Amino acid sequence: MIQAGVIGVGQTKYDAKRRDVSMGGLVREAIDNAMLAADIEWDAIDAVILGKAPDMFEGVVMPELYLADAIGAVGKPVLRVHTAGSVGGSTGVIAATHVCSGQFKTVLTVTFEKQSESNATWALSPRYPYSPHINAGAGGYFAPFIREYIRRYDAPEHIGWKVAVKDRLNALKNPLAHLHIPGIDEKMVSDTPMLWEPLRYLESCPSSDGACAMVITSKDLVGSRDVAWIKGMAVRSEGTLSAGRDEVNPQAGIDCAKDIYDQAGITNPYKEIDCAEIYVPFSWYEPMWLENLGFCGLGEGWKLTDKDATAIDGEMPFNMSGGVMSSNPIGASGMIRFGEAALQVMGKANDHQVEDAKVAMGHAYGGAAQFFAMWIVSSSLD
Amino acid sequence: MSEEEKKDYAESPINLEYHYTAGSATTRFLNQVKEGKIVGQSCPKCSAVYVPPRGSCPRCGVATNIEVPLTDKGCIESFTIVHIPIPGNPIVPPYVCAMIRLDGANISFLHLIQGIDVEEIRIGMRIQAVWKPKDEWTHSLENIKWFTPIDEPDVDVATLRFQES
Repeated sequence: MIQAGVIGVGQTKYDAKRRDVSMGGLVREAIDNAMLAADIEWDAIDAVILGKAPDMFEGVVMPELYLADAIGAVGKPVLRVHTAGSVGGSTGVIAATHVCSGQFKTVLTVTFEKQSESNATWALSPRYPYSPHINAGAGGYFAPFIREYIRRYDAPEHIGWKVAVKDRLNALKNPLAHLHIPGIDEKMVSDTPMLWEPLRYLESCPSSDGACAMVITSKDLVGSRDVAWIKGMAVRSEGTLSAGRDEVNPQAGIDCAKDIYDQAGITNPYKEIDCAEIYVPFSWYEPMWLENLGFCGLGEGWKLTDKDATAIDGEMPFNMSGGVMSSNPIGASGMIRFGEAALQVMGKANDHQVEDAKVAMGHAYGGAAQFFAMWIVSSSLD
Repeated sequence: MSEEEKKDYAESPINLEYHYTAGSATTRFLNQVKEGKIVGQSCPKCSAVYVPPRGSCPRCGVATNIEVPLTDKGCIESFTIVHIPIPGNPIVPPYVCAMIRLDGANISFLHLIQGIDVEEIRIGMRIQAVWKPKDEWTHSLENIKWFTPIDEPDVDVATLRFQES
């Protein structure tokens, strides 16, 4: 059993351009909020684990060195994690693993992206040697998988609009969210321009600046603090160009979810998990992940979305904070999912709190949907 | 300087130049592409055929040392229509970017579809490569201008999934 818990979650305000802070100022804003929430001093931090997406996104190579002062890592062990868009999740898992090792009692972990300092779509669409230059960013890569999902299960097009609306209505309850779109409805979404067919503008995540930090400590140091106990955690990856791979329903996602459910003693995730923060950067990934993560059978995900099961007051709330669809500082987006899951079971999610949430799931994916990181947190250790 | 003109940031474009070493598997593949031929590579253990080959089978972790000549015909495994300009990318939208599955191959690669009204493009549609003139051929899949539909019955893409025999 994992004998560690999250005692502090800190986030920045997410926005298109946080020109009021440097990269260092951005990460420190999240760290200060996490340290305050954890009620802990710097000398208690044994190691710092930093995660972010490709260095090309800001053009600063190995930023964990440049940021050593801002993240309080001077004179302490520091580790950089990078697993594309899933990095926020895998950084959380690696930080918790440090605590579980017994070599570190309390670990600070922080993830960030300052997308305004470059252009992620440019960075994700390079000219590869000996190939036609046709890459079109993350949306261009995932849109064919989404089209195949829609074809395979004959899903109606309003499902994508529905997720886009639901997540943005949740974001109105979260003052930190980047996108606040009062009055958003399915017509507004379906009237926005097509970007990567079948994905429209408002069915896609924004580009955000932001950071998220967590303080994770061992059981004996929790004391009387509020805590989200880590009941299961895992990472998985699979070969992007492997024969037999199903991009719509990746085996690595299935295996990663099964691993954390087994660790947490969960046999029926739909019934036993109270709410989940799942990495949905494009609307259709909600029904796709509902199926991949075992919340329902294949082809049933879009039906759950259609009957509002994933609404904040539904049977299986997804992305109460507004999700990646409302705030997307890429490197931090996975940790926001992990941190928001922790806030739910600590009862600290304020206006987007799910009533009586005791067991929550955090999830992140990245790359070409070949990297996965997940955890289950609970209000009780037993 | 007026308040409006004050900038609290500076634009500083960066460049990164690098040398790319193709490696033996890609070199073998590209030498054939230069001659207008597509030659995949197969895994000696599970028999999966990779095109373009990367030199090893991610399933089995062994070198794909068996050359497998393929045709330039296949089907559309899935696709998207890109409607927005991509920074640094020369192609003018809208354009169709498709996962191309060549006959006999067990993975797909991205390439363009042209020669058809975009509204008529379907998953499973049969397609064939349209090559540039021979005197323009280089060591690149850009030797293929795009793929275009051919008059053959659609393929059920569920049958494309690789199963180890």
